[in-house]
Amino acid sequence: MNRPSVAVPGRLSAEPVIEPVTGPAEPDPSRSALARQRLGLLGQFLVRSLWVRVILATLLLSVMVMGVLGIALQGQITARLMQNKLDAAIAEVGAARGSAADNLVGAEVDPSQVPRKLNLALEQLADPARAGDGSGQGSNAGVFEPVLISPRPLLADEVTAGPAKDVPAALRARIAAGQLASQYVTVVRDGVRLPALVVGAPVSTRNDTYELYLIYLLSGEQRTLDLVRNTLLVGGTLLALLLALIAALVAHQVVRPVRRASAAASRLAAGALDERMAVKGPVELAQLSRSFNGMAQAIKAQISRLEEFGQLQRQFTSDVSHELRTPLTTVRMAADLLHADRDELPPHLARSTELMVDELDRFEDLLADLLEISRYDAGMAELSAEVIDLRSVIGNAIYTVTSIATVAKVQIITMLPDEPVRVQIDSRRIERILRNLLANAIDHAEGHPVEVEVAADDTAVAVVVSDSGVGLKPGEAGLVFNRFWRADPSRQRQTGGTGLGLSISLEDARLHGGWLQAHGRPGEGARFRLTLPRKQGTLLLGSPLPLDPDEAADPVGPASTSQFTHSVPVMQLPVSAVPVGPQSGDGLLSATALAALSSGFHSGAAADPGDVRTEPS
Amino acid sequence: MRSRVLVVDDDPALAEMLTIVLRGDGFDTAVVRDGSKAVEAFRETHPDLILLDLMLPGMSGLEICKEIRQESGLPIIMLTARTDTVDVVLGLEAGADDYIVKPFKPKELTARIRARLRRTDVTSAERLRVADIDIDVLGHQVSRDEEQISLTPLEFDLLVALARKPRQVFTREVLLEQVWGYRHAADTRLVNVHVQRLRSKIERDPERPEVVLTVRGVGYKAGTQ
Repeated sequence: MNRPSVAVPGRLSAEPVIEPVTGPAEPDPSRSALARQRLGLLGQFLVRSLWVRVILATLLLSVMVMGVLGIALQGQITARLMQNKLDAAIAEVGAARGSAADNLVGAEVDPSQVPRKLNLALEQLADPARAGDGSGQGSNAGVFEPVLISPRPLLADEVTAGPAKDVPAALRARIAAGQLASQYVTVVRDGVRLPALVVGAPVSTRNDTYELYLIYLLSGEQRTLDLVRNTLLVGGTLLALLLALIAALVAHQVVRPVRRASAAASRLAAGALDERMAVKGPVELAQLSRSFNGMAQAIKAQISRLEEFGQLQRQFTSDVSHELRTPLTTVRMAADLLHADRDELPPHLARSTELMVDELDRFEDLLADLLEISRYDAGMAELSAEVIDLRSVIGNAIYTVTSIATVAKVQIITMLPDEPVRVQIDSRRIERILRNLLANAIDHAEGHPVEVEVAADDTAVAVVVSDSGVGLKPGEAGLVFNRFWRADPSRQRQTGGTGLGLSISLEDARLHGGWLQAHGRPGEGARFRLTLPRKQGTLLLGSPLPLDPDEAADPVGPASTSQFTHSVPVMQLPVSAVPVGPQSGDGLLSATALAALSSGFHSGAAADPGDVRTEPS
Repeated sequence: MRSRVLVVDDDPALAEMLTIVLRGDGFDTAVVRDGSKAVEAFRETHPDLILLDLMLPGMSGLEICKEIRQESGLPIIMLTARTDTVDVVLGLEAGADDYIVKPFKPKELTARIRARLRRTDVTSAERLRVADIDIDVLGHQVSRDEEQISLTPLEFDLLVALARKPRQVFTREVLLEQVWGYRHAADTRLVNVHVQRLRSKIERDPERPEVVLTVRGVGYKAGTQ
């Protein structure tokens, strides 16, 4: 008997057990970009979270393993099932051809008897009661539909019995060649397409050859395979989910101490230097805790060393300060006593006392600046900020430089807002910055006016002090804040600054979280811009005033929203006319005085345009 | 009558120089160079004002300040070489009325001393009332429910300045000028610390003041009746 060639089953092929992977849902096109961005952030978090990563990886890998396993299993089951069916069917067709041959004997004598004989044989094949040898219906191979065909090439029509149309031509050709063969086909029963196995064998009588086919409907096998596939699918899915859950639990076990370490590190960073982790749990985690604690200990030791160092520095600064200042005070008082009575001294002694007093002033300034900068170096500068009207601070600063401005014949022009500019600052330090900027500007103004401009927005205030003097060469804007730096060492000093003023000012601005920047071109004067956050602790994003006057505004600074810059009257304030000083009896140049002056000049604009400049837009 | 100033300073040269300057300006002076003898000297000489160096051998200026404040409200001006917030504030909290930073000019020193010796002008038998506090300006008496409250002259001046214009909000700068006599900007911490000291004496609950109210971002004002 020829081994039947088995075609690969079509629909019965084991379908791969792949779970529906629910990927990220397609974004609804109507959703805003913000929502997408949020989704993106969430996605980023999910991908970057170790916990989520472990779960996802486990899920993915287990799904893959389940898939491969399922495919193999189903393939194996399908092949076995089909092989058994085929073996039984071939055995059955062997038995059937014998009984059919018996029934067909003599049919060829009378051709008109052929259909009857065929049907008779068919009935006998289909009836299990007559098939006593076990080759009939209900045998190993299951239910079949027999087909008998008498090719009878001599007749015009071939004679068939049973559903001969379900037998494919390819199979018939092989049966006609005398082989025993089988083929998988699809048949239609009651309008339903069903898989079926057709096994055929030639039936030879003495004079003739017939074809016998047994059609086995495979609906039972299909059901079995469907069940197996569904079972594998459901089981695989459940197993994968279970694995993911287990992975989540395990990952949580691992991640929890990492999170604990992270929280402890955050607290440590926030200043809780005594923060330690409990050394417990698995070896690796205990090791992590020990390492962390070791690190915390080392940091704490280092910090306390630095603190001690800072404390020593502070003490030294304080001691030097005291030790130097006490004798200086005595000298100062003695010099001033001499100076007060210098009219009674001979001219050379009188001049000497003048020089002595002047140089004592410089010495004092230098000492004060040195101590201040060493305080910054030691990290010991303290900010005592309170909310104050910036205009009064500017007024005070202008008052303190009035004398040197008068000597240098430099006008100070102020452009201040009408309403108070409330800002949280350490007024002592800000006044010092402004004093330094003004003194520096007067020193380099070469007789041209010095301008002070103020603008504010919701988050920041800016003060620009500009002169029209010698200006700055390229690259010098970054050097002006260096200690003891001088643009031109040969240039004659007028105000006798200590050379530390701008360095200290920069530190003062930084202490406030503010900016101090310089800008200038040769011959066009220099501009110094101080930008401060209105509230301490807020981050500066821009400045309400431009650093470079040629640029409309700082691109990041919301200058255009400033309510002041457009309405500010520019007043020309001749220094000699400033109604301040102890003589005025009014005390300092207060905010109200400035505001009154400001509005006074504003109203006078129409009367005397020469005195008032409009702000260049 | 010449005012007597007690100079407490360990530096002999500075102490002598201070004496020369103060005598030249018409003050009587007494000098004590050892901190541990300062309180004793204060009791013996009955000065009108004390110039006190903060760093002294024997006994620190802060302790001397606290001890003298137990007995008297006389004006104390600290001499300090340190301008750090902590140092100045500690001195003021110990009871000093004012401070002057070394090195200073003679005129600056005498101006500070005169400002402290100058008392609030008393025009008539003026009586003021702030919240539940009665002030007898002429008699320098402050009382609540007939109960006397002891204030230093500076604290008294501060309270009177606020009480005379009950509806006005005083900025720290204005108070510095009216009470301390500063003609231009000075250290506003002086005002802060002394308002705290004043409150600790006259308020029922210094955490929730009713007599001296803070106007945030501006300054202080007297409480309503």
